[in-house]
Amino acid sequence: MTERLHVGTRKGLFELARSNRAWEIVDVRFLGDPVSAVLTEPDGSLYAALDLGHFGAKLWRRDAAGEWSELAVPTFPPKPENAGDDPHPWTLGKIWVLEPGGVPGRLWAGTMPGGLFRSEDGGASWSLNEALWHMPERRYWAGVAGGEQPGINSVLIGPRNPSDIRIGVSTAGVWASTDAGASWRNINRGMYAEYMPPEQRNNPIAQDVHRLARCGAQPEVVWCQHHNGVFRSEDAGANWQEITAIRPSKFGFAVAAHPRDPDTAWFVPAVKDERRIPVDGKVVVARTRDGGRSFEVLRNGLPQHHAYDLVWRHALTVDDSGERLAFGSTSGGLWISEDGGDCWRMSEARLPPIAAVRFAPT
Amino acid sequence: MPKVSFTSALQRFLPAPTVQVEGATVADALAAVFVTRPALRGYVLDDQGVVRRHVAVYVNGNPVRDRETLTDRVSPRDEIYVFQALSGG
Repeated sequence: MTERLHVGTRKGLFELARSNRAWEIVDVRFLGDPVSAVLTEPDGSLYAALDLGHFGAKLWRRDAAGEWSELAVPTFPPKPENAGDDPHPWTLGKIWVLEPGGVPGRLWAGTMPGGLFRSEDGGASWSLNEALWHMPERRYWAGVAGGEQPGINSVLIGPRNPSDIRIGVSTAGVWASTDAGASWRNINRGMYAEYMPPEQRNNPIAQDVHRLARCGAQPEVVWCQHHNGVFRSEDAGANWQEITAIRPSKFGFAVAAHPRDPDTAWFVPAVKDERRIPVDGKVVVARTRDGGRSFEVLRNGLPQHHAYDLVWRHALTVDDSGERLAFGSTSGGLWISEDGGDCWRMSEARLPPIAAVRFAPT
Repeated sequence: MPKVSFTSALQRFLPAPTVQVEGATVADALAAVFVTRPALRGYVLDDQGVVRRHVAVYVNGNPVRDRETLTDRVSPRDEIYVFQALSGG
């Protein structure tokens, strides 16, 4: 099983290693700097995206030998003069998600203000996906909470076909490409946005997809934590069914999908958007093992008294085994389970607010 | 030649020594620095070549007038200083 966990926080990147059934911090990098995305690769390399307040987004890679080096960041091309009415900037805000592309050397980066970038050389250089960026509908993409820029928060690459791609956007729904990004369609029929005027409620582009996760063994099954609920698709995101059995609430940011069982997924619910705190001040994980028909509310080892931890969209993860999970909170709490969520152990460290967690692949 | 200095805050990420370069404007002088230190460019300018929102550029202790395109003229004895703008807190 995986023995390393990487935690990207508001104040640096923390590496935990497992020994004697306990997880200990063994390395700290970029102390004091915001880490916005983390990626681990089977070859042993580790990527960390930084969101420096003054100096912009940066990208670093640690190779298998343990050497850190700074890589190029995705950059937008010069803004054409006839793009003056584009409501979104043509400059990188931050790298929000990094994913492996399914072929050696290929990486995808989802960013604010909504650009999708691809690298074919392990992050040494990047190119903007122009097809998506130039979709006329992009001008209707809306800003994500706390900012004016839309953001691509999820990139799902087909495990059997790396040209088959789904992305989740806050706020622009789910977009699909079956030709490696040469063309795109806005899919996600069945989602609804209760926060929009009635005329826009079912508009696919109005859907605030907080996070997507797909079952690796059965990739047509995709889960979505949406701004106003949980949805599940059995046709790779084309049609969605709302999951109303989620407890104790339907709001949240994160979702993790079991790598082999298409009926199992985990969520971390919270009081809905105006407050964004755990229900009754109790941190819990909601797990379904029957495709969303029912949920168990897991709380063993999680704080149950005056806990106000919120879990961001990239701060819940499951490893390749489907047994080991980790999640981190805005209050710096970090919890790890080794039995599918039945029991949790909290790290003794009081970490900075956590943006992303990722196990090293086996 | 104008002198260009960078905040020590940048030294945490990459070398940014004080240098003297040719240039009749602030933009020219910075461009000359970035020729020899290309990695520095993205820390100071955004994708469109505009000074980052939270970066400040001063000449002889005064903020440049043209933050967009840095057309402020500089003479050989001027000192350009690039540092982080205070942005709250």
